[in-house]
Amino acid sequence: MFIINQEIVDLTSEKLRKRFGEAILAEEVQMDMPVYTVKKEIIADLLRFLYDDETLKYRFLTTLCGIHYPDSKEPFGVIYHLHSLENNQRIRIKTFTTLEDITIPSATSVFAGANWMERETYDFYGILFSGHPNLKRILNVDSMDYFPMRKEYPLEDGTREDKKDEFFGR
Amino acid sequence: MEEDIRKNIDPTDVAKSEVHEFVTLNVGPTHPATHGVFQNVMTMDGEYVVDTTQTIGYIHRAFEKIAERRAYYQILPLTDRLNYCSAPLNNIGWQMAVEKLLGLEVPKRVQYLRVIIMELARIADHNVCNSVIGVDTGALTGFTYMFQDREKIYEIWEQICGSRLTTSIGRRGGFERNWNEKAWSLLRTFMKEYPPRLKEFEALLCRNRIFLDRTVDVGAISAEKALNYGFTGPNLRATGVDYDVRIAAPYCSYEDFDFIIPVGTSGDTHDRFMVRQEEMWQSMNIINQAITKLDAMDDKETFNADNDAFVMPPKEKVYNDMESLIYHFKQVMGELDAPVGEIYSALEAANGELGFYIVSDGGRSPYRCHFRRPCFIYYQGYPDMIKGNLLSDAIVTLSSINVIAGELDA
Repeated sequence: MFIINQEIVDLTSEKLRKRFGEAILAEEVQMDMPVYTVKKEIIADLLRFLYDDETLKYRFLTTLCGIHYPDSKEPFGVIYHLHSLENNQRIRIKTFTTLEDITIPSATSVFAGANWMERETYDFYGILFSGHPNLKRILNVDSMDYFPMRKEYPLEDGTREDKKDEFFGR
Repeated sequence: MEEDIRKNIDPTDVAKSEVHEFVTLNVGPTHPATHGVFQNVMTMDGEYVVDTTQTIGYIHRAFEKIAERRAYYQILPLTDRLNYCSAPLNNIGWQMAVEKLLGLEVPKRVQYLRVIIMELARIADHNVCNSVIGVDTGALTGFTYMFQDREKIYEIWEQICGSRLTTSIGRRGGFERNWNEKAWSLLRTFMKEYPPRLKEFEALLCRNRIFLDRTVDVGAISAEKALNYGFTGPNLRATGVDYDVRIAAPYCSYEDFDFIIPVGTSGDTHDRFMVRQEEMWQSMNIINQAITKLDAMDDKETFNADNDAFVMPPKEKVYNDMESLIYHFKQVMGELDAPVGEIYSALEAANGELGFYIVSDGGRSPYRCHFRRPCFIYYQGYPDMIKGNLLSDAIVTLSSINVIAGELDA
């Protein structure tokens, strides 16, 4: 369990609301992690703001990954885990977008480490990052013509008769 | 005349030399010096590296996709194959992530047992990394000796879980059985025999003139850059940043132990080597403390959390008691009512912060499972570390950041 530094979390929420207002769509605490859902247009500015802030200092990008909720109105999401090493406080930031407009501002201008993580997210989900210096596949072959982690690609062969979901309670 | 011009050219300064032609050199994907399957296409100016393009993904096995379809306990063997030099760290990391999702409390004794396993794994991993740095600088002797000690650690794991390399050690809530006498005696022998061996290894390399010339100021990176690239673990600590998950967010009762986090100053290959070396001593210190704590405990039998719904009931109960049989069956079939929610759980693996991000929508398997693999994140800093260095230094740098292909490609 991570320890929540309530003072810092309150300050983070306050500063984000003050700076970005309506663009902060939701905030909550999931178990031991404060979570902010934000509009995708501001994501790069928000990361820069949290990085530059003199007291908050969210200067470490722990990880970045994609997610796909096919039934949702905005099915594609990118999830950032930030860490303020000085305050020892972690936060999670989420942003969502649609298939028609699948471009999200890149975090590479703030964190050099976001480079490969965004390439990985593109590789698996086809999410495009505007401003990325070299957005191409990283783990899969270049000739692949689909994005395998999307939910429409089932893991097992759908034509097999002997592996029906009901037999496995799913 | 021509000889005079050549004398005046400083070979380290690419811009000064009038005639230069870049050569493209393919290092890898399978080359003995890369210690894993990854490729570097290097642009060389003579012996100097001007730039490198990395290609990774040669052993990508789509673990994150597979995990979306597997029951939680079936994901355990996948984690073995991330950092296969220290599989138990990944295994226990995964167990802790699942326990966090389920809200399962783990008894104190199990936590101490886990600490012993994890620190043994750290020693095994650093052992390989440091002795391989020796090999790449031309000292094969240390490597051949240190690998014998790694075998002894594997023998301890073999007694606990039955396997050596891909261990799948432990279960949700603890272990599948209590440690046997053989495991304890092997552990105690190892703790007695290993320190003098490590001392010998240090005597071989630490103040060796050739080794120092090959490693000091080679492949250095600054703390700011390392943080920006997302470095963690010994590679970050070698630059002077004292970030360690064991201290920042203690798990498995690490707060009960007294140990030091070694840091370097310049972030070069030698600092990385020394940080790993000192971490091995600290790991030994932690194991000794854990053994003392366990010896002082009255309880010698607990090896599992007391929770029938999430933890396999003992076999005698399964055969004699209806409820236990149901629980047993449900667990073997992977039927687990995981709560809806999202968790991020992290631990200090041998190469840095190993994180598990699980999104659960209830049911038997995660909706989304993301592994934060430290290797994948810090390997992108490699071109920055070797630009302008000699090719032979680039090879030493590569082995000193300890990139494990399994973890890199997942």
